[in-house]
Amino acid sequence: MNRHLWTQKKSIWGFSILLLFILMATLGPFFTQDPKAFLGTPLQAPDGNFWLGTSGQGQDVWAQMIAGARASLFSALAIGAATTLIGALLGLAGAFWGGVVDELISLLSNIFLVIPGLPLAIVIAAYLPAGNLTIALVLIATGWAWNARVFRAQALSLRQRDFVSAAIVAGESSLRLMFFEILPNMASLLLSTFLGSVIYALGAQVGLEFLGLGDISAITWGTNLYWASNDAALMTESWWTFVPTGLCIALLGFSLALLNFAIDEIADPRLQVQKIWRRRVGRVTPGLTPVVRTSV
Amino acid sequence: MYHLLRRFGFYALAGWLSLTINFFLPRLAPGDPASLVFARFQGQMKPESLEALKQVFGLTDAPLYQQYFTYLKHMLQGDFGISVVYYPARVVDVIGQGFQWTLLLAGTAVVISFVLGTGLGIVAAARRGSWFDSILPPVLAFFGAFPYFWLAMLLLYVFAFRLGWFPLGHAMSDRLADDSLGTKLYDVISHAFLPALSIVLATVGGWMLSMRNAMMGALGQDYVGLAEAKGLSRFRIIWRYAARNALLPNMTGFGMALGFVMGGSLLTEVIFSYPGQGFLLVQAVRSQDFPLMQGLFLMITTAVLLANWLVDLFSTILDPRIRLES
Amino acid sequence: MMQIENLSIMMADAAGSVPIIEHLDLEIKPGEILGLAGESGCGKSTLAKALLRILPPPAYISSGRILYQGHDILDYDARAMKRFRWREAAMVFQNALNALNPVLRIREQLVDTLQAHRRLGKKEAVAIAAEWMVRVGLHVKHLEAYPHELSGGMRQRVMIAMALLLEAPLLILDEPTTALDVIVQREILQKIVELQDTQQFSVLFVTHDLPLMTAFCDRIAILYAGSIVECGQSQDIARAAQHPYTQGLMASFPSLDGQRLQKRGIAGYPPGFAAQRQGCAFLPRCPRPCAQGALRQPPLLSWTPGHQLACYQAGSAQNGIPKEYLSL
Repeated sequence: MNRHLWTQKKSIWGFSILLLFILMATLGPFFTQDPKAFLGTPLQAPDGNFWLGTSGQGQDVWAQMIAGARASLFSALAIGAATTLIGALLGLAGAFWGGVVDELISLLSNIFLVIPGLPLAIVIAAYLPAGNLTIALVLIATGWAWNARVFRAQALSLRQRDFVSAAIVAGESSLRLMFFEILPNMASLLLSTFLGSVIYALGAQVGLEFLGLGDISAITWGTNLYWASNDAALMTESWWTFVPTGLCIALLGFSLALLNFAIDEIADPRLQVQKIWRRRVGRVTPGLTPVVRTSV
Repeated sequence: MYHLLRRFGFYALAGWLSLTINFFLPRLAPGDPASLVFARFQGQMKPESLEALKQVFGLTDAPLYQQYFTYLKHMLQGDFGISVVYYPARVVDVIGQGFQWTLLLAGTAVVISFVLGTGLGIVAAARRGSWFDSILPPVLAFFGAFPYFWLAMLLLYVFAFRLGWFPLGHAMSDRLADDSLGTKLYDVISHAFLPALSIVLATVGGWMLSMRNAMMGALGQDYVGLAEAKGLSRFRIIWRYAARNALLPNMTGFGMALGFVMGGSLLTEVIFSYPGQGFLLVQAVRSQDFPLMQGLFLMITTAVLLANWLVDLFSTILDPRIRLES
Repeated sequence: MMQIENLSIMMADAAGSVPIIEHLDLEIKPGEILGLAGESGCGKSTLAKALLRILPPPAYISSGRILYQGHDILDYDARAMKRFRWREAAMVFQNALNALNPVLRIREQLVDTLQAHRRLGKKEAVAIAAEWMVRVGLHVKHLEAYPHELSGGMRQRVMIAMALLLEAPLLILDEPTTALDVIVQREILQKIVELQDTQQFSVLFVTHDLPLMTAFCDRIAILYAGSIVECGQSQDIARAAQHPYTQGLMASFPSLDGQRLQKRGIAGYPPGFAAQRQGCAFLPRCPRPCAQGALRQPPLLSWTPGHQLACYQAGSAQNGIPKEYLSL
């Protein structure tokens, strides 16, 4: 699988963009001016001094964007990891212990899936003190359900397979079975779920911060947008205060989505065969077996 | 029939759980919400109103379970108390006003997005390998990666502020040229257009991709093979054989995504100052208007649960196998 | 009526292309029931599907001709093929539950077949469909049913009715009764024979059940490793099979009456599709391996009139089954 991962166009693009953002997040802040300092006149258009102009408070938007990358990316990764882990554990637990435990977990995750996530998150966050921890907790609470469902479904289908029956007959304990036989087979699912969770965490976090429910004194992509909107970015036609940040969020999300597509394609062997077939046979009319006379 | 009743029971359970969460939340937060409310209203509210507020919340000195039942009784009667922001209007009335706008905006946007996305997905699957199939999905996926509200901001900026083609916000103009139905209709539509467009752009990619996947699955099935063998027209095979079967798993996805889209449209309303439930909710949160917040949350949740049940109903009609299962 | 000449079908694979059918020759005569026998996975279904060119990717046809009334259908474009399908040749699939559209009623599935090929009003089409339902032994009320509401045997009868709707001269049966119990199996096959008697269409009967074939078919062709190794009248094949593989197959089916004997079967496994072969494909399992077989794949030649054989050992068996295949 690894060899394929490197050669796919989608994963190359996805990786490159992701790498760019990781670099931006880790190294960027060392090369910019202080994002919190009030350096210039507010709402100045981009120029030589301030590559992306200044914010409503006179801060360097370029510096804010780069600093925001660090906070947003890393917390999205952390929240994504947490939701994946919790979802995986609960999903597997349900699939394995079956019976009442499974029914309860499934019911709970179905309920959390059907209750609208963002409104619930907003309401919970409203009661708790504003801040990053609140947001993290709220997102994890509303995000685990989807992953639990996915892992449960996969675990159930794997459970039917022969190697599991063999292990059970050999007397392996349920716990060992879950962690040493089943989990390794779910590697691609784990990765793909993780990426999806990060995308979700990124978007939802930005949304909550935009509403002012995060730590508004911190510099993140979400709070950048919060301040941009607060400082009447639209009315003053200061597009530079919100457009670049939004583009960053979209690009990062898109790169993760590309990687996800690439993993899906690799995990499905049929798609590989399809590509080879198409190369050999060329454009075909659907529904008609092609005739490719190879001279012998 | 039995199947539908079971689903209804599930949604009732989910509704009950949200009510219960709503009940416990204020009590979990640090500080006593009653004193919070009181502090906010110092001097603005008559003691009787404050008492009434506490009653609605069930924040009395009675034991917890009694508070809970009082609370449930009030909720089910629709007595959500009095709004802080829109004092002295009752929460129920405030919600009622917002509801029609959210229904208009989110309702039409979701339906348009789903129909458009599903249609595009069918066409993309039917024309595998063509430019349509290779270019459109990634482009739409890119649009889908933007936060809903950012797309809203961009559209508002470009088309309303810069170009002036559309109004800057709200659902209706304050003053209209005349009172005719045509003018009113045009006014409402021009106000709803950009917000709806941003929701559609953000979500259509997702529907397209999932329908495309479902179609590809269906096209690989034996019944499509037989349809081809029978010499049916390509059009018929795509629509009556593949699409009708692919639509079913897509519909369950639709139900699940409704809650998600609801959240997104909420933020869109904020950007456009569109006076729907989402806009009201955010205002309520910002001003710590707890009664309004609770009422809105329950209203939104109920709407989503009801919509989900309707989707289940529709699925049962579409798929004869489910009918038999019951 | 249909002549298959030198047909090769390949399957694209990660490593390259794999031959499934290699240089196959077969003839289907008008009004006859031809059986195509072979082990599971030998490519019989692939061949059947190729005759209608509905073989899905990653398969493709790499050589040969399929002549139907003088025209090579491999040259047909999509439109010509659409007209050919079902009108000239129709097929009954193996698993009716998967092959029928689960969301459409039986009536709708039969009617759209008719309307796709003939200019018929809805009422006329339903009338024809109803007629055929009766002919295959189903009650007309089942027209309103959905596929999952019918039993396996009933579904298979629907498939047969659907295939015969346009009265095509060729009916291809791809393991039509494998998924059913023996009693229903016999009923269905008898019905097919009955209909064939009256309508006089040709049948290509694909299955792995050789004794069943000898009871119902006029001629039998044996498929091994992608080509036909023997082909002749069913009595000839049943009584005096010449190819060692056919002999092994015939000998491995126990008889319902007679002595209880311990059967041996054929040692070894059929060759996988990936192997690039030199020489006779059956050589590793042959009880009488010959030197010529090691060098070249034996061609399919006429052994006696009406009996074709692809074996260098033709005639050496002399009516007798090699003792290697005999019961213990």
